[in-house]
This record gives sequence, structure tokens and C-alpha cells, in this order.
Amino acid sequence: MFAKQLTVFIENRTGRLSEVLGVLKDHNINILSLSLADTTEFGLLRLIVNNAAQGKEALTENGFSSLLSDVSIIQIPHKSGSLRELLKVIDENGVNIEYMYGLSIESDSAYVVLKASDVEKVDKILTENGVRTISCEELANL
Amino acid sequence: MIWNETKECMSRDQMTALQSARLVKLVDYMYHNVEFYRKKMQSVGIMPGDVKSIEDIVNLPFTTKDDLRDNYPFGLFAVPNSQIVRIHASSGTTGKATVVGYTRKDLDIWAECVARCMTMAGVTKDDVIQIAYGYGLFTGGLGAHDGAQKIGATVVPMSTGNSKKLTTMMVDFGATAIACTPSYLLHISEVLAEEGLLDQIKLKYAICGAEPWTEKMHKEIESRLNIKAFDIYGLSEVMGPGVACDCEYHRGLHVCEDHFYPEVLNSATLSPVADGETGELAFTTLTKEGIPLIRYRTKDLTSLDRTPCECGRTSARISRFKGRVDDMLIIRGVNVFPSQIEAALVEVDEVTPHYMMIVDRVNNLDTLEVQVELDQKYYTDEVRKIEALTKKIAHVIQQALGLSAKVKIVEPQSLVRSQGKAVHVIDNRKLYEN
Repeated sequence: MFAKQLTVFIENRTGRLSEVLGVLKDHNINILSLSLADTTEFGLLRLIVNNAAQGKEALTENGFSSLLSDVSIIQIPHKSGSLRELLKVIDENGVNIEYMYGLSIESDSAYVVLKASDVEKVDKILTENGVRTISCEELANL
Repeated sequence: MIWNETKECMSRDQMTALQSARLVKLVDYMYHNVEFYRKKMQSVGIMPGDVKSIEDIVNLPFTTKDDLRDNYPFGLFAVPNSQIVRIHASSGTTGKATVVGYTRKDLDIWAECVARCMTMAGVTKDDVIQIAYGYGLFTGGLGAHDGAQKIGATVVPMSTGNSKKLTTMMVDFGATAIACTPSYLLHISEVLAEEGLLDQIKLKYAICGAEPWTEKMHKEIESRLNIKAFDIYGLSEVMGPGVACDCEYHRGLHVCEDHFYPEVLNSATLSPVADGETGELAFTTLTKEGIPLIRYRTKDLTSLDRTPCECGRTSARISRFKGRVDDMLIIRGVNVFPSQIEAALVEVDEVTPHYMMIVDRVNNLDTLEVQVELDQKYYTDEVRKIEALTKKIAHVIQQALGLSAKVKIVEPQSLVRSQGKAVHVIDNRKLYEN
């Protein structure tokens, strides 16, 4: 199953990131993980929050454009080589990984947020391989 | 040195008589050869016979860049294409270029005018001159080339784009003169300094044009290179470089008045203003065959001085330019209209029609940054897609302007929406004094 990621395009200007985070704070949106892809001109702030739809609404009200996109949040055992095992399966199915970052919500295992070139296909692969993924509902209850 | 003393130093009375005779002939020629002018004259009730002297020019209708666009490409030509030996083109206000055509005689007169200008600067047949304007549709390269060749100087057709080769050849060939834009020459002076070649050059004169420059830049060029720099003016619609040039006294640019009749117009009433007063410059091409123009409005702001000059020339002089009537920008010698960017961006679905052009001069080279807003519909979470879009827009702009621009994608809704006339340009260069 998929989770929703909130993406915000941010120009490289002092204080801009802080403004975005301020809006989320004012609306009680809790950030569970984030990744900031930076280039010389702009950044893409990708967020996993407890309620992505509400987060987008709050940002829109405050003049920030954002995007909701489907990503897979995948449980990985705390064991050497487990992430590689997972990627191997994805690679074998000919799916490209666009980006990936970590998420820490429980101490027993790790999680990665993964965006693939074919989101549906990856979801199918994960289900077939019995890999646990996290849904929006679960994120909301964290 | 004066190239053509008969024409450049004739008395004002003789000049007026010559201009009158040529205008009468021109009006008759255009009435019978260009349908557009015939209809225009008929619409205001003027027949060729009504124009008896240069004073009657005020009764003739104006010509604008839009007229050239509306008659694209050859509608205003007065001769069949079999008599046209060269085409040049410059930017139009929208997608269409402004096209001009030259007969063999037009090219001869052009070379004559450039020869007068370069002689004014001191160039002789003994000089080695590097032409560092772009060669091609732009009139700068070939126009300067033909004039220098007419003088008999050794012409080195460098064109633009390779500063290192230019400086190397400047030293190796012992170049004594250069023709290029003033900002490019300042850049060249820096390259020479970096390479430690400043004391090895033999440069004496620079004939700079195609963009406005200030007295400060003029002094800077002269002191950095230890040369004399001259301002040459022209526009492709009228001919190209060589319409006017300044002499060693730098008291305005001498117009080749026997070929191009200058008027300075009040911006509101469009009637000619008194000498010394500022207004919009207009030219009537008195001898042109290919695409003659009557009262062509240049949109450049200047004033006229018809008093004799210490150099001995009696031709009317136009003052250093004081600005533009329209929003045309000259970036690296290329004419750019914001409307061209607007038209180009319409082709790109992924961005909104809002844009901002930021023009600056870094290390004496003009830079253009175009900021565009990402359209909500194309919002993405992938850097790759935004970078690909940036490249795509840069390509579209390059195609439209013939000029490379740095494209910056900005947040949706972040560019200023103005009430009324939108501001699309921030020009941080200081091109005009006062």
C-alpha cells in the first residue's frame, strides 16, 4: 500500500524553509521524516507527515504550492544487508528508484521511504514478497 | 582624416539642396514601387508632386517597426528580388524578424558610410583591423567588414565568441584597430590583462557600437587599452552600422546626412523639435533602393546639433543617446523585446505566462536571467524533471532571441503581478547617463 508524501518547491532564499515549517507547526502537522533535495537554484522539500492532505491544505492557504504523491514506506529489519535484499528484488523487476530516504518510527526496525519509476509495480512486488509497508492511516495514528 | 570631404564638409545650404533633390526623387520612386507607401500617401492625400523640398518631409507619414513586421518578409522592398544581393535581419517585437534587403548600390553606399566612420576614427589602409561583431544576419559583422575593406585596411573577420583567439591574434597580427561592442571590448581588455598581453598589443583605435554606452565606459576603454575609442551608430532598418559616428572631438555623432536625413521628434506630438532639444530620432533613407524608408522611427532618444564641428565636418550630429521610447533592450549587441520572451513561453505548457527578465553586466559581459513560474499542474517531486524543464525553456528562449539566457524556475505565484502595465524587466546595467 502507498503512503502520501508532501513535496514543496522552495527557492534558495534565507528563511524560506523555516516559513514552510512554521505553517505546518501552526496547523499541528507533525513531521515524521523529511528529505531536502538541493540544487544551486532551488530545493525540493519532501515530507512524510501525520496528515499529508491537511498539510497541503494548510500550505495552500498560506500561499505555498505543494504536491501530494504516492510513495512506499517499507519496513526493513535491523539487520546487515536487509536493504540490499529488498533493492535486489526491485532491480530484478526492472524498476528504477527515483529517490529514497530513511524514516524512524519504531526502535525494532527501520523504514525507508521509496519513490520508484513505477510505483504500482513496486507495491505489487512488495506485497508478493510479504514486505510490510505503511499506509496513510497508520501514519495518522503515530 | 576625412574620407569624403565633398560630402562631409559641404555647406549647410548645399546639403539642404542635395537632401531636397534626393527626397523629391525618393518620394516619386517609393510611390511608384512600394504599394504600402502609395496607399499610405493616398490615405493622407499626398502625391509625389506635393513634395518639393526637404521641408515638405513633415507632411509625409511615418514608418515603424510594426510596418516592417506587417509586410514581412519582402513587402516593403522597392525592387524585385533579382536586384537584391543581400538580406539581413534583426529582432522583431514578436516572433517575426525585421528583414531588410540591399541592392548592389545599397551595399556600395553602406561601405562608403562605414569607410567615412572608420576614417573619422583614424583607420587607414595601413591598419590591421579585427572585426569582432557577429557575422551573419546581424548587420554588425559584414557591415563593418565591407567598410574597412573599402578603406583598404587589412581586415581580420574574427566574429564573436572566442576571446582567447582574438587576443592571441591581436598580438600576433599586430592589430591596430578593432570594431566590436563596447562591453565586449572591456571584456577583451580584461582577458588581455589576465594573459599579461597588455604591453604587447599595437592597438590604436576602437570603433564601438551596436549598444549604448556611457562616457564612463568610453574613458575606461581608452585608459585600460591606451587607445582612442569611437562611437558608431546604426540600425539594420536604416542600413546597419555607419549611419553616424563620432570624431576625435566627441561632440556628438556625425550623421551621413546625404544618405540619411535625421529628424528629432517630440514624443507626444511627433513634430520635429528645435536643434538641441531631446526627442525620438527618425531617419529617411535618401538614396536607398532595396528597402527605402520614409521617416522611420528609431525609438532612440537624442538631440540634433547642426553647428559646424572643429573637425571640419558640417554634417548634423546626434548627441549620445539618452534612452529608448519603447522597452527594447540591447543585450550583448542583440536587440531583445520582452514580448519575444512572452511569445516563446506560450509554447511551454509547464510554466505560467508570468516572467521576469533580469539583465546585468558581470565582468563587462551582459547576462540575462529569465525567471519563470512552474505551473501548478506540472508540480513535481523530482529534481530531474525540473532540471529538464529548465533546459527546455533555455532552448526555446535561445531559439527565439538568438541569445542564451539563464533560466530560473521560481515558486508558483512568486512573481509580482502588477496592476496595469506589467514590469517584466529589471535592468541593473547603467547604459544611459543622467
